[in-house]
Amino acid sequence: MSGNLQLLADTLAAARNEGRAALIAYLPAGFPTVDGGIEAVKAVLDSGADVVEVGLPHSDPVLDGPVIQTADDIALRGGVKIADVMRTVREAHAATGKPVLVMTYWNPVDRYGVERFTAELAEAGGAGCILPDLPVQESALWREHAEKHNLATVFVVAPSSKDARLAEITAAGSGFVYAASLMGVTGTRESVSSQAEDLVRRTRATGTGLPVCVGLGVSNAAQAAEVAGFADGVIVGSAFVKRMLDAPDEAAGLAAVRELAADLAEGVRGRAPQAG
Amino acid sequence: MPSTFFIPDPEGQVPSPEGYFGAFGGKFIPEALVAAVDEVAVEYDKAKQDPEFARELDDLLVNYTGRPSALTEVPRFAEHAGGARVFLKREDLNHTGSHKINNVLGQALLTKRMGKTRVIAETGAGQHGVATATACALFGLDCTIYMGEIDTRRQALNVARMRMLGAEVVAVKSGSRTLKDAINEAFRDWVANVDHTHYLFGTVAGPHPFPAMVRDFHRVIGVEARRQLLERTGRLPDAAIACVGGGSNAIGLFHAFVPDTQVRLIGCEPAGHGIETGEHAATLSAGEPGILHGSRSYVLQDDEGQITEPYSISAGLDYPGIGPEHAYLKDTGRGEYRAVTDDAAMQALRLLSRTEGIIPAIESAHALAGALEVGKELGRDGLIVVNLSGRGDKDMDTAARYFGLYDTDAEVAQDASGTAEIEEDAK
Repeated sequence: MSGNLQLLADTLAAARNEGRAALIAYLPAGFPTVDGGIEAVKAVLDSGADVVEVGLPHSDPVLDGPVIQTADDIALRGGVKIADVMRTVREAHAATGKPVLVMTYWNPVDRYGVERFTAELAEAGGAGCILPDLPVQESALWREHAEKHNLATVFVVAPSSKDARLAEITAAGSGFVYAASLMGVTGTRESVSSQAEDLVRRTRATGTGLPVCVGLGVSNAAQAAEVAGFADGVIVGSAFVKRMLDAPDEAAGLAAVRELAADLAEGVRGRAPQAG
Repeated sequence: MPSTFFIPDPEGQVPSPEGYFGAFGGKFIPEALVAAVDEVAVEYDKAKQDPEFARELDDLLVNYTGRPSALTEVPRFAEHAGGARVFLKREDLNHTGSHKINNVLGQALLTKRMGKTRVIAETGAGQHGVATATACALFGLDCTIYMGEIDTRRQALNVARMRMLGAEVVAVKSGSRTLKDAINEAFRDWVANVDHTHYLFGTVAGPHPFPAMVRDFHRVIGVEARRQLLERTGRLPDAAIACVGGGSNAIGLFHAFVPDTQVRLIGCEPAGHGIETGEHAATLSAGEPGILHGSRSYVLQDDEGQITEPYSISAGLDYPGIGPEHAYLKDTGRGEYRAVTDDAAMQALRLLSRTEGIIPAIESAHALAGALEVGKELGRDGLIVVNLSGRGDKDMDTAARYFGLYDTDAEVAQDASGTAEIEEDAK
């Protein structure tokens, strides 16, 4: 079976055609349990997320703040395996028909085997992968296999990325570009960094046709609306995870992520129409 | 004029421009750090060519660190090593008590050249943290040290030293709460503060250019030892031996001997309670290739790429990774790596203390234990140089508990049989 890169592209194009930003949610697999995690992913997709990124928990999440570290710890102590991540992707996509990506660090993929990983992800109905510690220079092997299986390679760009590098990254990537709104790790922030809009502008100035979606620090509808004013998509992770961590039980956690997804879905539709 | 103590690797040798030593190395870092890591590489390349940089660093290495470090022959210790001649390269006599200061002063000068005002670093046993806090005091830089919570307890003396020097010490409570997690936390800090902060990485791991740059700052160890041995004995050693955690003191000793193919380069890894128990940090002996902290090398991991928790009695060796150049030396056969248990290291620590009046760091004691084995293999004609990478003051609490040296430590003192056995071995 071939991966769902095209479904991802179509989904993001449809949001653009509706004059809104897409809502992209992140949740780690295996959190709080494998089945509980699958329910949570389905819940955010049912409640308004257009795309979901399923985290493959890693022992050494150097780009994640305390919230996602805590969730990863719970998942790993619960014994989550790559097979469980694939099952999460499969069931979430099968239940909703929406694009599902995996986000993880490079070592689990390298160790598992790039061909095996990409083949299984495509077979599960996955749309692609985000590997934030695999920079474009080291990514040739990954991209070869991702292309073979029709999986998106979503690269991260950062406010510190120079313009020449943005061009190199956007030329190599597919699906969308993940613009990190600020210099820092994952986690909720009080306000959206002013660096985000400038980064989106510089990324688009490369001439890329890829949608540019903004992540890091977005946690509520007002921030989502603000980001939707200048980006093609809004990525929210820690805020969902925090709702689940704070909930007294799994049912309450599911209700809380549904509520947040619905709020954010309104947020991404709340922007002023773009000029031109 | 070439400098005397800053002796970077001659041009044309490994790594490749992309930072690869054979299949190992590279630059596996988040995009947010790419510009900063590239800046370090560019600035280091410029510094290497700049006689003023070499002059400044040489001046510090002589007048602040106290280089060259002594080479001490240890005949009473050597009686237990099959009668081979054993020399110790005394990096323990450097200011701050270990080899770490060599690299720290180099990178601190680089920090100033880059116009950055804040330095962060990880530390395991606290030796790199103390050296970094020292250099920051000397240069007037803000300093934050990340240290695993478990290590802050077993190396409390070094925590106090760092704070005395004006550094902020952050006890890291995530993961295994040791060196690997301290590095994770330092990377998180760097991503958020990279515009004014330099990550003064403490070993020959991490993304390019750190493995090559840190090695260059430590090359002086082997260059001096090689010259001193030739002067004193008229020949090259049969073996150069060092402990390996991340691998900085070992590369420092080995590198000048790499072209001398008759010199065996032997790295001693921490076997903890024994490799077969799973409680060890013997990355090259028991690990598999993978990516950790920015480069490809050997790592301790499970079959799905999760890093497994290492263990060693030595906080400074308690790390599931290893510098990529060591992985390269292992795979090419130029380097030999063997594992030394906690017990063997502790016995060697006491043996050197009682035969030579030198209390080594537990890290360095792993190399001494290796020398006892290698000496027996070589016999009376053998000549060995061991890098005594650090002094043992910081480890006295661990050693006192291990050997029952505290009057009040009734529990340990009662274990008279174990103590007697060790004393017997030490004779």
